[in-house]
Amino acid sequence: MEVYQGKSVFGGIAIGRINVHKKDEQQVKRVKIENSDREIERYRQAKQTAMEQLQGLYQKALKEVGEANAAIFEIHRMMLEDDDYNESVENIIRMQQVNAEYAVASTGDNFAQMFASMEDDYMRARSADVKDISERVLSVLGGRTASTVASKEPVIIVADDLAPSETVQLNKDLVLSFVTVHGSVNSHTAILARTMSIPALIGTDIPLSEAIDGKLGIVDGRCGCIYVDPDEETLSKMQKLKQEEQEKKELLQTLKGRENVTIDGKKIMLYANIGNSKDLAAVLQNDAGGIGLFRSEFIYLERETFPTEEEQFQIYRTVAETMAGKPVIIRTLDIGADKKCDYFEMEPEENPAMGCRAIRICLTRPEIFKTQLRALFRASAFGNISIMYPMIISVDEVYRIKEIVAEVKQELTEQGVACGEPKQGIMIETPAAVMMSEELAKEVDFFSIGTNDLTQYTLAIDRQNPKLDAFYDPHHPAVLRMIQMVVDNAHKAGIWAGICGELGADQTLTRRFLAMGVDELSMSPGSILPVRKIILETDVTKERENNNLC
Amino acid sequence: MKEFKYVITDPEGIHARPAGELVKAAKEFNCAVTLTKDGKTGDCKRIFGIMGLAVKAGNEITLTFDGEDEEAAYTAVTEFVKANL
Repeated sequence: MEVYQGKSVFGGIAIGRINVHKKDEQQVKRVKIENSDREIERYRQAKQTAMEQLQGLYQKALKEVGEANAAIFEIHRMMLEDDDYNESVENIIRMQQVNAEYAVASTGDNFAQMFASMEDDYMRARSADVKDISERVLSVLGGRTASTVASKEPVIIVADDLAPSETVQLNKDLVLSFVTVHGSVNSHTAILARTMSIPALIGTDIPLSEAIDGKLGIVDGRCGCIYVDPDEETLSKMQKLKQEEQEKKELLQTLKGRENVTIDGKKIMLYANIGNSKDLAAVLQNDAGGIGLFRSEFIYLERETFPTEEEQFQIYRTVAETMAGKPVIIRTLDIGADKKCDYFEMEPEENPAMGCRAIRICLTRPEIFKTQLRALFRASAFGNISIMYPMIISVDEVYRIKEIVAEVKQELTEQGVACGEPKQGIMIETPAAVMMSEELAKEVDFFSIGTNDLTQYTLAIDRQNPKLDAFYDPHHPAVLRMIQMVVDNAHKAGIWAGICGELGADQTLTRRFLAMGVDELSMSPGSILPVRKIILETDVTKERENNNLC
Repeated sequence: MKEFKYVITDPEGIHARPAGELVKAAKEFNCAVTLTKDGKTGDCKRIFGIMGLAVKAGNEITLTFDGEDEEAAYTAVTEFVKANL
């Protein structure tokens, strides 16, 4: 048994025969020709055929990996149409009186070299695209068809690197895993593996020898290694793990695409919490109905100066567009307490958890608040955005927010900037907001209960202090009663109430929340399908009887 | 001749896809459209020329439009740039 280490781009386990994928390197000969016009015509026809092939690949990729990832073939078409590229090929044919193959290969090498020598990692990776289009034209010129997997059973593909067109041409039913010696996390292979949800390794130190071709292999995407010729013990251990993983995956797959509706017909909104636009892939993979809490702090935290309106707008717009009409609830900045930003130049505080944070900063420094609001209102023209304000304690604060919002709206209208009509709600995370929820409900579009802060403020227990764990009860009846009160007051005013704190994902409470009438639960993407399972199995009417809530 | 200065806000800069779209937008017009970054110039109708400049977020670029339909090209291309880059 040998073990080789690589970098995992997607978890999971694959067990199967290894198929060493060899590129047929095009051996191009330089041949003198008589008629350069005829040779140029030959090149143009080959290019035309290549363009048609790329169109076909684009369509195929569109179905397999989606529009954003299929775009690479459109880029390839544009590269093939590029005047610099074509002039170079035709010039070589004409000036040197040589065959089209040689001209294409030289041009391809030169352009690939240009990208390979660039400083930017992303641009360096593009030299593979230039090589790919040149290889394609060479294949057409030579009248050869592209290589495919010869095997009849599903295999682990081991290759030096795979060009985008090679991965798309592969028959996906025959691929268990990709293992490449080169490649980057941005490579098409990595993207494809993630989309297909199959384990894949890049930068693996595996030898591409005949000796391993056809041998049994195990790819462990969790630790990024591949076992070649595994011993009995490893094999049976990995088979067992794979089996368990498979069962879990199948169970969750059956839950994808299902509505979140209880046995007796109550529909629940099941949304995802995200802290960064990078989390969007997980949101979509786990079939969230929307984003229930988008923590906008990350835009402020990872930097040295205030983010501009334009920067924020781009981020919000991307999220709204990616979610394509599904609700995206964005919480305005919640800096303060444990989340600090030097450039805000906040004075040190005795008790930051009860200090100048969140909406308190926004209301004392409206210029910061207005920049974010402008970006949010502008982005709301591009999708279904809602705005949520944190740390509210009084109705008066909501009035002051409304005044600022009205100013922002007026400014945008006067400037002729397009904006939408986002719904506006508040976080209920202070005992004061709970007690005032009847009045607050009349002023806003929705409530989202932040149970982490609400619990800490209600129990007067610092959640960062491990010595208090013995006193800390996340299911404390005081907190549960507060949630009930908030939900009841929301419904009285005809608005919805949800939970976006850690309790939202607490599967031991899901039934209870349903019985209490909670309309929305927002949680980390990974919890969504397991919670959906509970919702599908719950009968709210019976649950109410059990909890004496009727 | 018309000129337009702009600072790139797209976190990924002008990578392959937006470069392709920019080329598509510029090719709609007959006038010359060029992109300049740090003194280096690329033809906006050639994708390799644009990608070769490796424009990143925060870089200032200058677009110049020169030719008969420069007004129309200016309007269309700057609109694309503002919305996408």
